Amino acid sequence: MSKAKPLKPIRPDWLSKTLAGAVLGFTLAVAISGLFAWYGPGGIDAPNKTQFIMWLIAPLWMTLFSTVYLFTSGRAALLWFSGANLLSFGLLWMVQL
Amino acid sequence: MRIDILKIYKSLHTWTGIIAGMALFIAFYAGALTMFKQPIERWATPPQQQLPMVEPAQLDALVSQIQANHLAAQKAFTLHFGEHENTTAPISWQQDGSLWQATLNTQQQLQAQAVAPTEVAELIDLLHQTAGIPGGTGHDRVGIYLMGVISVLYALALVSGLIVLLPTLVKDFWALRIGKNLKRLWLDAHNIVGITSLPFHIIISLSAIVFAFHDQFYDSLEQMVYREQPMFSRSKPAPLPENKQLMPVTQLLANIKQLAPDFQVADMEYFNLDKPNAMIRVAGMNERFMVRGPDYGYLLMNPYTGEITNHSLTPGRQDSWSEIITAFFALHFGNYGGPALRWVYFVLGLGGAFLFYSGNLLWVESRRKKQKRNQPTVSQPRNTRYLAAATVGVCLGCIAGVNVGLACSKLLYSLVDELHSWHYLCYYSVFLGCIGWAFYRGAAVAASQLLTLCSATALLIPASSLLTHVLGYGWLHISAATLAVDIMALLAAAGFFLLAKRSRQRALNGPGDSVWSAIDPKTH
Repeated sequence: MSKAKPLKPIRPDWLSKTLAGAVLGFTLAVAISGLFAWYGPGGIDAPNKTQFIMWLIAPLWMTLFSTVYLFTSGRAALLWFSGANLLSFGLLWMVQL
Repeated sequence: MRIDILKIYKSLHTWTGIIAGMALFIAFYAGALTMFKQPIERWATPPQQQLPMVEPAQLDALVSQIQANHLAAQKAFTLHFGEHENTTAPISWQQDGSLWQATLNTQQQLQAQAVAPTEVAELIDLLHQTAGIPGGTGHDRVGIYLMGVISVLYALALVSGLIVLLPTLVKDFWALRIGKNLKRLWLDAHNIVGITSLPFHIIISLSAIVFAFHDQFYDSLEQMVYREQPMFSRSKPAPLPENKQLMPVTQLLANIKQLAPDFQVADMEYFNLDKPNAMIRVAGMNERFMVRGPDYGYLLMNPYTGEITNHSLTPGRQDSWSEIITAFFALHFGNYGGPALRWVYFVLGLGGAFLFYSGNLLWVESRRKKQKRNQPTVSQPRNTRYLAAATVGVCLGCIAGVNVGLACSKLLYSLVDELHSWHYLCYYSVFLGCIGWAFYRGAAVAASQLLTLCSATALLIPASSLLTHVLGYGWLHISAATLAVDIMALLAAAGFFLLAKRSRQRALNGPGDSVWSAIDPKTH
């Protein structure tokens, strides 16, 4: 059995990871909340649901922002968060067609 | 856990904590006091402002007399049903930039006067929301947005603190190692308070982010998610009746009772009475439910037809979405368990303030320059001396400033005209003075002196009640809630006195290689 490759240590990359968490983390949180608004119970026009959707943004954003530093590098963080943004906004766009 | 992850999150915890710590201390200290905003307001309300209350059946006659004499009340006014010292009249309205209140005397004649209600409880609430950072009005305050940013840092500090603690959590959780290593003791205390109140802190940080940035969040949702979809349904306003005859108050109260029997009405705010969207916002309490505001739940009525137009914020009558949202608000406000839960939140709030204070102390201790045996006394590096001074000045300055602000509610009441600007003047001059003093004298000397100041100014609160009462120009309310304000201030004075004594001992007899030592290294 081959020995597992030693993991590369995580680079801090404060600036790029913070940028990814603050900006891309926020837009991703909005997109995920938006998907819940469209697909979640009651659909997009359930009465009094909008404020709940707005409240979802903060916990999602903070979860993404606080875990972004686990990526091996700032580049990886930016790439993964961009990809997740594209995917979520793609789904949002599809539902609105 | 991997050492590189721990290192990164340790740095994240340190720096988010240092940036946010002092503003959060003020927000938590003032927030803990805000749990008792009503008793503080009652304590500070002059009995000289009290007008006799009237029966609900008499309110219609009162309203029509006021509207005939005061044009401003034809557009908006508020009826009050409270039974405490801070409800000084059955009705109030805004006129020419000041608040007016009125009642009917025993001959059924109108008795109206301009009144300046106490704003000291509002000042404490504002400190809670803005940490005292000035600028802007209403919701567009610089301090509110800055506290939103601070709350984001606070959320990051919570998660990173938890990650750093995880590897040793099981082993160290209840360990409070009292011994020679004081830094270890502070760290243990910081960890115990942090972990036990973590759910509270998660709720507070997330809701504070929403309270600051809800407009920006809604705008983002509108642009990225809802687009052409309407985000809120608006009901069509009923046409304004020709005669503009208001529905009798007793009938309105009967309609409310029918919808929500246990809803205890505190006040009814009539507004836009000359427009098609004329409305009454009824505020009230139901002990069995969480409510949307800090103290009250709400319902909306049409003032002319008496119809209840919206009960999505009425305790017990909300749909499931509104109920979940109300839970988010109520968990922040601590309004769902009567006075007992307010005390729990008060303790949690003070615990939070301790968390940020001890965090700063730990930062200072981690950078401490140790004295080597048989070497001259070391002096501590400038950055730790400055942070220690700032921590002592800001935290103790906030406490002393609030004390003085409260005491001048009674001491200055009959001596000055613009009492509410004096509250601000007192708070900010004491607060800034303490910071200046802490930097001037250094943390070690200033800490015990400022703690003595905190003790003396806390003593000033019950003293102001007693003194002005005896001298005959102030007042001493004797209801349990208001006496509790005096008694708590007295206990706080004793507590600060003991802390002052302890910190003076440490400054004189503690180890010399510390920012808390008052022994000047240059003289040795």
